Amino acid sequence: MIRPALPRWVAFPAGIAAVFLTLPLLAMLLRVPWLKVPALLTTPASLDALSLSLRTCLLTTVLCLILGLPLALLLSRARGRWATIGRTLAMLPMVLPPVVAGLALLVALGRRTWLGGTLEAAGLDVAFSTSAVVIAQTFVAMPYLVVSVEGALRSASHRYEIAAATLGASPTTVLRRVTLPLIAPAIASGAALAFARALGEFGATLTFAGSLQGVSRTLPLEIYLQREIDTDTALALSVTLLAIAAMLVAATAKLARGRRWEP
Amino acid sequence: MSQDRSAARAGTRFCRRGFALGGAILGLAMTATGCAATSTASNSVTLTVFAASSLTASFTQLGTQFEAAHPGTKVTFSFDGSSTLVDQLVAGAPADVLATADEATMTRATKANAASNPQKFASNVLILIVPPGNPAKITGLDASLSGKKLVVCAPPVPCGATTKKLATMLGITLQPVSEESKVTDVRAKVETGQADAGLVFTTDATAAGTKVQTIPIPGAEKAPTTYVIATTTAAKQPTLAKQFVEYVTGPDGQAALKTAGFGP
Repeated sequence: MIRPALPRWVAFPAGIAAVFLTLPLLAMLLRVPWLKVPALLTTPASLDALSLSLRTCLLTTVLCLILGLPLALLLSRARGRWATIGRTLAMLPMVLPPVVAGLALLVALGRRTWLGGTLEAAGLDVAFSTSAVVIAQTFVAMPYLVVSVEGALRSASHRYEIAAATLGASPTTVLRRVTLPLIAPAIASGAALAFARALGEFGATLTFAGSLQGVSRTLPLEIYLQREIDTDTALALSVTLLAIAAMLVAATAKLARGRRWEP
Repeated sequence: MSQDRSAARAGTRFCRRGFALGGAILGLAMTATGCAATSTASNSVTLTVFAASSLTASFTQLGTQFEAAHPGTKVTFSFDGSSTLVDQLVAGAPADVLATADEATMTRATKANAASNPQKFASNVLILIVPPGNPAKITGLDASLSGKKLVVCAPPVPCGATTKKLATMLGITLQPVSEESKVTDVRAKVETGQADAGLVFTTDATAAGTKVQTIPIPGAEKAPTTYVIATTTAAKQPTLAKQFVEYVTGPDGQAALKTAGFGP
C-alpha cells in the first residue's frame, strides 16, 4: 500500500507528545517497591478493594450491555434534530468532571430528594451502599459503550440485514442473527472501554457512595486513602490498576482492528 | 478539583526549578498555571506557607494582617491535607513555613529533616453535626445512632485519628457507613442530608454555619488534636518565616484562631 509521506518536522512534536504521555507512568514504575508488592497487595484492605472493584465493574459492564446496547441501536436508526439531541445527552457523562457527575447523582437520587426518598421508603436504600458504587460507575461508563456501538452501527452497511428481512426473518431474528454478530467486535471493545472507565471511577463514587472498606472503597479510593499514610501501598495498588487497564486497552485495540464490516 | 490544584502546584514547582524538562508543552502548562504570579518584584519578598486545610479561613486572614504589619511582604498559601503537604515538602517543594493539623504528621517532617523547631499553636476538638432539623433525631454518640447513617474521617488522616482516640477514650464502637479522607467531605455529606450525622472538628462546624446543627460530645475536650507550626529547613526567607511563626503564636494570631473556633 502506498502511503503519502509526512513532513519530517512532525516527528519533533510527536516525540515530545510520546515522552509527555509515557514519562509519568515510567517514573511511577521506577518508584514501585517491587519486592514488597506481593505483601502490600495481600493486606485485607487491598484485597477488599481489588475484589470490590472487580465485582462492581463486572456488574457495571453487564448493566451497560443490557441497557446501553438497545440505546445504541435506537440512536443509530434515529434521524434529525432529536437524534442529535439524544446523542449529545448520551455522551454528556463522558465529559462531565467526575465530581459533577457525583453531585448530579446526589441531587437526583440523594436521600433528601423525592426519588431517593421514595426508593428508601420502598426499602431500596442505596445511600452508602455497593449499589451506589455500581450506579455511579454505570452513569459514567455507559456512554463509552453507546458511542462505540452506535458508531459501528452507523458505518455498517444494511445490505445483509435487508437480505435477511427479504428472506422472511423477523426483526428480532435479524437483530440476533445478523446485526449483533456483525458488530460483535465493536460491542466487545465498547464493553472493555466501559469496564476500564468504571475501574478508574473515583470522584462520582466518593461523592455519591462514600468510602468504606468492603462496601464502597474501590481500588482508586483505597489508593487515595493509602497515599495519606503509605506511599508504597498506594504505588503497588496503582500499578495493579495500571496493569488491568493496560490489558483492557490492548484488548480494545485488538478488537477494534478486527472489524468485520469493513470492505 | 484536586487534580487541578496539584497541577497548579506542580506548575509552581517547575517554575522555581527552571526548565528542567524543557519543551513547548511545559512552557504552555506554566503559562496556564499562572507561573508569573510567583515571580516577585524586586522590592517585595514572598513568604510561602504550607498549612492544613482546616486552617484555610483563619490563616488567610492572618496572612493579610501579617502583610499589613510587614510592608513589602507577600504571603502565599498552599492549603491541603497535612500528610500531602509533608510529602510535597520532603520531595523538595518550596515552602518557608509548615503548619500541620496534628503532631504525628509534623514529626514525619522533622524526622526527614524538612522542618525544625515545631511549636504548638492551637487545638481542635470533635463535635457531632446533623442536618438542619435533625431528621434522624440524633442525641449524641449513643443508641440514637443505631441503624442511622454516621459518617466519620478515615483513621489515617488527622481528624480520623482523633475520632479513633475519642472512641477508645469513651469506650464506644462507632459503626460508620463511610470513612472519608477529608473532614470537608464528612461535612458535605451531612449538609446534603445524605448522612444522618457526622464527626468533624469544631472549626468545621463553625464554618458550616446554619447548614448543620451541632451536638457537643461530653469528654471530647480530653481527646483534642494539636496544631503545630515550624519553619522549614530549606526556607528561602528564614527570618520572615520565624516572624510569621511568632505572629501566629503571638496575641494577634491567637485572637484570630480563637474567633474561628480553635482552642489554645
